[in-house]
Amino acid sequence: MKEEVRLMKGNEAIAHAAVRYGADGYFGYPITPQSEVLETLEALMPWETTGMVVLQAESEVASINMVYGGAATGKAVMTSSSSPGISLMQEGLSYIAAGELPCLVVNVMRGGPGLGTIHPSQSDYFQATRGGGHGDYHFIVLAPATVQEMADFVGLGFDLAFKYRTPAMLLADGIVGQMMEKVVLPPQRPRRTEREVIEQCPWAVTGRPSTRKPNIMTTLELDSYKMEENNRRFQQTYALIEQNEVRYEEYFTDDAEYLIVAFGSIARICLKAIEDARAAGLKVGLIRPITLWPFPYAPISEMSRKVKGILTVELNAGQMIQDVRLATEGRVPVWHFGRMGGIVPNPQEVLDALNADIASLNK
Amino acid sequence: MKREIIIAGFGGQGVLSMGKILAYAGLIDDLEITWMPSYGPEQRGGTANVTVVLSDRAISSPVLDSYDVAVILNQQSLDKFESKVKPGGVLIYDPYGIHRLPERTDIKVYPVEAMEATFGMKSAKSYNMVVLGALLKIDPLVSVDSVMLGLKKTLPERHHHLLPANREAIMKGKELVAE
Repeated sequence: MKEEVRLMKGNEAIAHAAVRYGADGYFGYPITPQSEVLETLEALMPWETTGMVVLQAESEVASINMVYGGAATGKAVMTSSSSPGISLMQEGLSYIAAGELPCLVVNVMRGGPGLGTIHPSQSDYFQATRGGGHGDYHFIVLAPATVQEMADFVGLGFDLAFKYRTPAMLLADGIVGQMMEKVVLPPQRPRRTEREVIEQCPWAVTGRPSTRKPNIMTTLELDSYKMEENNRRFQQTYALIEQNEVRYEEYFTDDAEYLIVAFGSIARICLKAIEDARAAGLKVGLIRPITLWPFPYAPISEMSRKVKGILTVELNAGQMIQDVRLATEGRVPVWHFGRMGGIVPNPQEVLDALNADIASLNK
Repeated sequence: MKREIIIAGFGGQGVLSMGKILAYAGLIDDLEITWMPSYGPEQRGGTANVTVVLSDRAISSPVLDSYDVAVILNQQSLDKFESKVKPGGVLIYDPYGIHRLPERTDIKVYPVEAMEATFGMKSAKSYNMVVLGALLKIDPLVSVDSVMLGLKKTLPERHHHLLPANREAIMKGKELVAE
């Protein structure tokens, strides 16, 4: 049977996808531009169907610690917020990473720093990809560019989070959160039963039978040698993720003389700029990182041997450009074009920036 | 088929809804769609706009710098978007409250007195449907039947008794455009 095609906002798609994944709990606090996630979940009332808990907590700090607690019991739990709220969650995220617990965190970015603006931004790239809290940790960061990916990456994020016992973040922006587009939702899955949780998550705090030692969730380890062992184990997991889970898409890279690297909805604006550039005879390609951590260094490195210059386009002052420069190892000029404060560039601005950079090569 | 459309006016005029109805009609017609609103305080007064792209092929950018069709419902939006209509494109505006008329000569300009027409109707809320009717007369990018099907699909059943009034408003809008 053909799946039903629906029209909805990215934020709404996240809520539907969470229920259909069989998520056990959502804990969140409203903030523009992602409030529709909580609103849609409240409207869907999944506690009456799948039994999923939806709770508006008293704050973002409370939300992330409820996620911490839920994750410790092996449940599929999530939260969503926007930039200032995600900053409040950083302590909790560091603890969840240290506890090696799976969860899904959605950040629909708005302009900062501070309370900033409610309009779209990508200025939390560093925070998301470097581990925004304290300590040596990473988590998986997925950057959706379409409403379909907003829906799909909920399930993917949960699956990866459970596979590697790490938080996963869906790093979106106000554009893909607020825009409506066609989407096919995943099929409804039942929530895992208590028995399935116990079988699949032997590490979880599920009530100890007499046959095994207690599972204790703690991030405190005063014996530094043991803590270093923990750190080494975390790093092994990260290495495995870097090896297995890099995701990206390439467009028009076969014959490209110049490359644009952009993620999320901005990549689509760049794609339109590239269509216009190609119509004018300028061969430009695009690499769209889908995982921001782990970052697709290899394909960008490979392209840096073929093209004359690389432009990164971001809604920030230049953050991902650092990873692009690491990938290119100085082989070609890497330029940045960005808007800040919630301003979204149009395709012509992107093309103008690229043309100016290309002109600078010949000076 | 591809149309890049901006609809702009005051918050409360039904700008975002009109875009949504157009988008749902596109869904009925199996088109690709993006609907990108201005969001935030604009929705509660001030200016609001929505960019709608309908296409029979995949759509890249939901954010644009020029448009095939601009539907303009206040002076601020006319000032902002008149220059953004592609040469040969269409500018539809409601003269109500407009004190500086469009000046472009390389585009097709249609004044549509939708506000005046709405004064004679039962509900002022029909305004955006009158405008939509005018748009569909000028550029039949989706059929009225698709619009009505889209409306029926998205309106909760308790509002279905309003469907005939909406069709009427669309027809009224069509009549406002001279042959």
